[in-house]
Amino acid sequence: MTGTSDRTTRLLGSAALVTVAVTAWLGLSVTPPDVVQGQLVRLIYVHPAVALACYVAFGLSALASLAYLWPRTRSRRWDRLAAASAEVGVVFCGLTLVTGSIWGRASWGVWWTWDARLTLTALLFAVFAGYLALRRTGGSPDARAKRCAVVAVVAALLVPVDHEATTWWQTLHQGDTLLRANPLIHGLQLWTMLLSFVAVGLLLAWLLLHRYRVEVLEDRFEEEGMAIAIAERRAEGALR
Amino acid sequence: MWRDALTVVGKDLRVEISSRVTTTQVAPYAVLVLILFGFAFDQNHSLLDQAAPGLFWVAVLLCSVLAVQRSYAIESADGTRDALRLSGLDPAGIFLGKAAAVAAQLVALEALLGAGVVILFGTRLHDPALLILTAVVATTGLAASGTVYGMVASGLRVRETLLPLLVLPVVAPVLLGATQAWMAALGLSHADGWRWLSLLGSFAAIYLALGAVWFSTLLEET
Repeated sequence: MTGTSDRTTRLLGSAALVTVAVTAWLGLSVTPPDVVQGQLVRLIYVHPAVALACYVAFGLSALASLAYLWPRTRSRRWDRLAAASAEVGVVFCGLTLVTGSIWGRASWGVWWTWDARLTLTALLFAVFAGYLALRRTGGSPDARAKRCAVVAVVAALLVPVDHEATTWWQTLHQGDTLLRANPLIHGLQLWTMLLSFVAVGLLLAWLLLHRYRVEVLEDRFEEEGMAIAIAERRAEGALR
Repeated sequence: MWRDALTVVGKDLRVEISSRVTTTQVAPYAVLVLILFGFAFDQNHSLLDQAAPGLFWVAVLLCSVLAVQRSYAIESADGTRDALRLSGLDPAGIFLGKAAAVAAQLVALEALLGAGVVILFGTRLHDPALLILTAVVATTGLAASGTVYGMVASGLRVRETLLPLLVLPVVAPVLLGATQAWMAALGLSHADGWRWLSLLGSFAAIYLALGAVWFSTLLEET
């Protein structure tokens, strides 16, 4: 393997592109504005989906880290998956904060407020940013993997707290729209919102696959890089 | 495990007493932080009074990072880490011992900072039982989480800069819970301080359990 692209990623990428485009078209021009929120409601086709993708990515990172910590399932593959999903998760967490901030500015009048959900999401971002910094430290791959695995599992404990924040604390952030006995969204708006989850899910899978393969290539470079460089220098010497 | 923990806490505290780093460097630093907060809010005394619990706990958090760094710095010289690993002590005991030593130093610093807050900021005490209990539980949480992350970062070249980045976001709930409980204990808010205390208790319990379970993995490999 020399690149990160193959038939699966091309298929996933195309599907992601198409679903994102359809979501954008439905969300921006077909669905009606909301009675209360007006045009602002269109952010519901972006913000919840990227937030869920962030939770899924961090959850996946924690599960892969647990699999690495468990001696019977210990394998470099789990470490690579944990690293890849944490990095993609940080991107989606950043997007969640940015889209949430835009929504907050328009509906609450402020870019940021010290609300439980917002603060916890910012903490989640900071904790996983720390995890990414930890991944860039040296040492043997095995030692680094174990260190990072412990941190990822502990960090991901924040995910359920963040999700339940709107229930546990009195927050400015609205509660669940979908996950309730009587969902607050219906018809075309509901289907567009569901499609946004599929679109962002496909995007997440596509990014994750590419990022995982970058990890594989990095590992290979660490293992074989020196041997390849020596072989190249020898070949140069032979030419002279 | 408990006996090993006692051995380690005794060792760490003896090293600290003979080196006097906490008393001659960390404690003055803590007081300095308080004085700087005083300068920052000097024009507005009522604001300083309101913010005193938060400022106190921010100062404690900053000191806890130093205490944890110091706790692992004493293991980095002369191969003492390897000696600790080969000593046959229970890793969970080592974790509890190191956390207890950090907690003991933090409690001493908190007493000093508490006196500083009362003298420098003119804060009046309202519910001493809640105040002291909050300090003890919050300190346990800080020491336990700090010891876990201290071990994660120890042995790395970038540990001095990495440790605050790892620890500070994680201990943010302690800052929030302890500040709210202290606001209630000082009569500055009508929040239920005991509810915040239970949050601090859960935080401390989670980190004590995680540290006791995973310390052996971290000790083996880093």
